[in-house]
Amino acid sequence: MAEALGHVLIVDDNKVNRLLLARNVELLGHRSEAAENGKVAMERLRAETFDLILLDIEMPEMDGFEVLAAIKAAPDLRDMPVIVTSSLEGLENIVRCIELGAEDYLPKPVNQVLLGARLSSSLEKKRLRDEQKRLLDRFATHEVALDLQNSGFSIGGKRLTASVLFCDIRDFTALSEDLPPEATIELLNTYYTLMFDAVSSNGGIVNLMIGDGLMALFGAPQPLANPAQSAVAAAGEMFGMITVLNQEQRAAGAPEIRLGAGIATGEVVAGYAGTDDRAAYTCVGKTVNLAARLEAHTKIACRRILIDEQTRNGLPDSAKAEKIEQVEFKGFSEALDIFAL
Amino acid sequence: MSASPLDPAVFAELQAATGADFAAELAATFLEEAPGMIAQLKQAAAAGDGDAFRRAAHSLKSNANTFGATALAALARQMELSGLGGPAPDLAALDRVYTRADAALRGLLDG
Repeated sequence: MAEALGHVLIVDDNKVNRLLLARNVELLGHRSEAAENGKVAMERLRAETFDLILLDIEMPEMDGFEVLAAIKAAPDLRDMPVIVTSSLEGLENIVRCIELGAEDYLPKPVNQVLLGARLSSSLEKKRLRDEQKRLLDRFATHEVALDLQNSGFSIGGKRLTASVLFCDIRDFTALSEDLPPEATIELLNTYYTLMFDAVSSNGGIVNLMIGDGLMALFGAPQPLANPAQSAVAAAGEMFGMITVLNQEQRAAGAPEIRLGAGIATGEVVAGYAGTDDRAAYTCVGKTVNLAARLEAHTKIACRRILIDEQTRNGLPDSAKAEKIEQVEFKGFSEALDIFAL
Repeated sequence: MSASPLDPAVFAELQAATGADFAAELAATFLEEAPGMIAQLKQAAAAGDGDAFRRAAHSLKSNANTFGATALAALARQMELSGLGGPAPDLAALDRVYTRADAALRGLLDG
């Protein structure tokens, strides 16, 4: 199990204890470094990467309880496994360590065999957690991954105000029929890279990709001061980036891309939907439907970006939006005034 | 309390687990460090610093247990648990017990 070997930080104010623990850890095949109190330990943790901490409780400057609390409060450290090694007496102290997030408690003098077992199991758990985090970062957006880490996972929704942006490539099916499959995927990758950039640089998240279309959220899971303005700014950047891409495409004799985008603002229900085994951060509600309808309507109205009234009301220069009166959308009982940008 | 100064089984176990050379070095480190810990403990007692007193007693106890210095560990533990709140700690007894543990440990190292 060479892959489970770790870099261990030993925190103890007593020299004999530090030397003995370091020896034990090294005999088990792990690397170790030492800090003589909690304050020094926190500095080391901020400067270097460790896989596990062996923590004493009774220490001057900053004791083990304070270290546990500080680790738990730091988002980038709080998954770090901590094994408390102490000769502190009293069940209440052990309970307090566990409540503060310690993975385990080993009484001193530490038994070598027990230490070995605890180290391997904690390091293995950490490895799995790290793996999970990497997967999560790849398949969910960074924001959703963070939200999951901070709030834990639970199926359920929240009602909140957000802006929803739908965007897709016009006639991509026809365009892709003339391209070799590799070129189609490459073009899609370039397109998605640009779109993700435009969305995330404006505080939004891409939460759905289907073929050549995507749905982005502004104001969920993280709130934004003005989601409508952020969504419109992202759409503007998307078109700017596609213009540049098209110049390159033209120069290379490759097909150009045309986009359509629809934005609606209002109440949505956002949260994790699915089963315990498989779920996604989703967003549903009338606002989502409207954004999709607006995007589809760009083809009919021959416009690049269509927004709803509430999105327009959120814009500082709302007069620039051109009103299109009384459009009827499937699923909406009343005709709506919409706006072109 | 007539506990023996040193439990040879504990030290033998330490040697088996960490290697004879390492155990000897570690014991030598303890013999260097312990007088300082005892001095800190006395200083804390004189200054009425209960936290520092408890910490010093705790460290001493923890190290004494590592080497099987049973009597020293027991006395240090008693000091750690009672702190400075009650009757004055028997510092002279601590010196006596430590001297015996020191001699026994040196005996093991030389032997």
